[in-house]
Amino acid sequence: MMKNCEYQQIDPRALSVSPSSAQNHTETKAQRPRRKWEVFPGKNRFFCDGRIILARQSGVLPLTLGLIVVTCGLFFAFDCPFLVEHLTVFIPVIGGVLFVFVVISLLRTSFTDPGILPRATPDEAADIEKQIDTSGSSTYRPPPRTKEILINQQVVKLKYCFTCKMFRPPRTSHCSLCDNCVERFDHHCPWVGNCVGKRNYRFFYSFIISLSFLTSFIFGCVITHITLRSQAGKSLVQAIQESPASVVELVICFFSVWSILGLSGFHTYLVASNLTTNEDIKGSWSSKRGAEESGNPYSYNNIITNCCATLCGPMPPSLIDRRGFLPPDEAIPAASASEIELPPFAAKNDAHMCTQSTKDVLERMVHSSEFPGLCPPGTPKTSPLGLEATSVSGPSTETSPSTGCSRQLAHGPVVTPCPPFSRSSKRDSLHSINPAFRLASPSPSLSRTNLFLSESADVGFIPLT
Amino acid sequence: MVQDWRKLEVVDRCVADSYETPTMAETHSLQDLQQPAVSSKVFVQRDYSSGTICKFQTKFPSELESRVDKQQFEETIQTLNNLYAEAEKLGGKSYLEGCLACLTAYTIFLCMETHYEKVLKKIARYIKDQNEKIYAPRGLLLTDPIERGLRVVEITIFEDRSIGSGR
Repeated sequence: MMKNCEYQQIDPRALSVSPSSAQNHTETKAQRPRRKWEVFPGKNRFFCDGRIILARQSGVLPLTLGLIVVTCGLFFAFDCPFLVEHLTVFIPVIGGVLFVFVVISLLRTSFTDPGILPRATPDEAADIEKQIDTSGSSTYRPPPRTKEILINQQVVKLKYCFTCKMFRPPRTSHCSLCDNCVERFDHHCPWVGNCVGKRNYRFFYSFIISLSFLTSFIFGCVITHITLRSQAGKSLVQAIQESPASVVELVICFFSVWSILGLSGFHTYLVASNLTTNEDIKGSWSSKRGAEESGNPYSYNNIITNCCATLCGPMPPSLIDRRGFLPPDEAIPAASASEIELPPFAAKNDAHMCTQSTKDVLERMVHSSEFPGLCPPGTPKTSPLGLEATSVSGPSTETSPSTGCSRQLAHGPVVTPCPPFSRSSKRDSLHSINPAFRLASPSPSLSRTNLFLSESADVGFIPLT
Repeated sequence: MVQDWRKLEVVDRCVADSYETPTMAETHSLQDLQQPAVSSKVFVQRDYSSGTICKFQTKFPSELESRVDKQQFEETIQTLNNLYAEAEKLGGKSYLEGCLACLTAYTIFLCMETHYEKVLKKIARYIKDQNEKIYAPRGLLLTDPIERGLRVVEITIFEDRSIGSGR
């Protein structure tokens, strides 16, 4: 039996060349190096090799774009010729400029990373857990963890995010649609198909402002057009019959103008008082302090400064490094993103916690020749986190490792990811795992490594269970 | 630390499965761990007392007491804080950049590097420099906070080869 637990025979150097999922690893190495966006744990979609990021559900972005393009198209085609003739050539010019500005702002809002916070690495998560455990008593999953801090002499509560395994910075909120924590979270806008947060709020604001100008402009122009037509001795009905497109535009613009203008006004108020929609709706500051501006600790108490800070402040960088390359040994199956930034933890999936930790260990092993490679190192990690894990995954972390071990021994060579989490391994979050590694191809060379950690927690258990 | 847990648990489990004596299993694992190993990581968290600006706590972590001079460490963190403050500073230059970007419909960011990005590069150079001069000789490694989403400054403590007991 000990022979199967042959960890002493595994040479760390050999492992870096042929790790547990040996074939897959060499395959991966032979493949192009993978980028971090490919293993991103949130519900986002990426295009152009990571340059463009969108929420998983694009919402009604195509509708928004369609409406804008159609309305402007009709305007340029049907109203402009008449107006150029009777008024001035600047009408299509202004319309054109506004249209371009609106579309660019919209696309920037939709395709920019709103300020997504990468999830905590397993070490960080463990460190935080330790601090919580030592400071309080937690025998089972505790109530939502909060931490109180002082910001500008005001008490602010920081909540713990179970998905991202960290205490959320102030003004950060977790978007359930995108499954990410977003800094300075404003709201998730279905019209633009993305969250609106710290990094793209200015684009969003310029989008709605320019859109309100555009819709008002078109509305005005169409009214002028129809009025001019009906003035030339024709009746209103006749004028409309001559230019039916104008009616379409009129209807669209009429309904848009009110909502867009209202939204612009609302956001102008938010910008001036340095608030987010989220805070305003929740009444985070107003209920406590009444009409006092100083209720909001982030406000500069000066409208101009607030506006400048929000809209013209320095552009923060994207924290998720979508286009960075995964280090070759990290490019091993998937469920785990880069060692650095994106541990792919599904909040309730132990398999992934294990996966990430094993990957972490693997990485360390490769870099520092340390050899951890034995039975699931991930297990201890789950002990503190197992508090929440046990509530969702059936088998206790204690029993499953040995079960896993014995299973492997019984079944001989199997690519073993992380024994413990067989049940949960079958569950969700498989989407983040590279399918290539599902081929749990048993081979003699892998028998030695069947207790070693590999990346994909799920692989090993598909054949076993 | 967590790392130790793992190894111990590993030993325990393999013992159970392999019917070997604990000592032997332990010995095996010890023999394999002769390389300088990462023993633990220390995380310096963010300091939000001044708002949402990027600032790290200058409190000296107890785990580093034997490793590095407190003054030195605090100076490093303070310099980092100053650099981040410079990156996020609201002033004429940043407003100009913001307005220019707005006027060009933000297309200017496609060609130009933002002020923040320039300072981030400076920070990366500074951290590399500090690591080479001060921390690496003491068996420590600072990780650039940007790689951790600007949440923490991660300090990796490398254990000496000679201190190989039970790790």
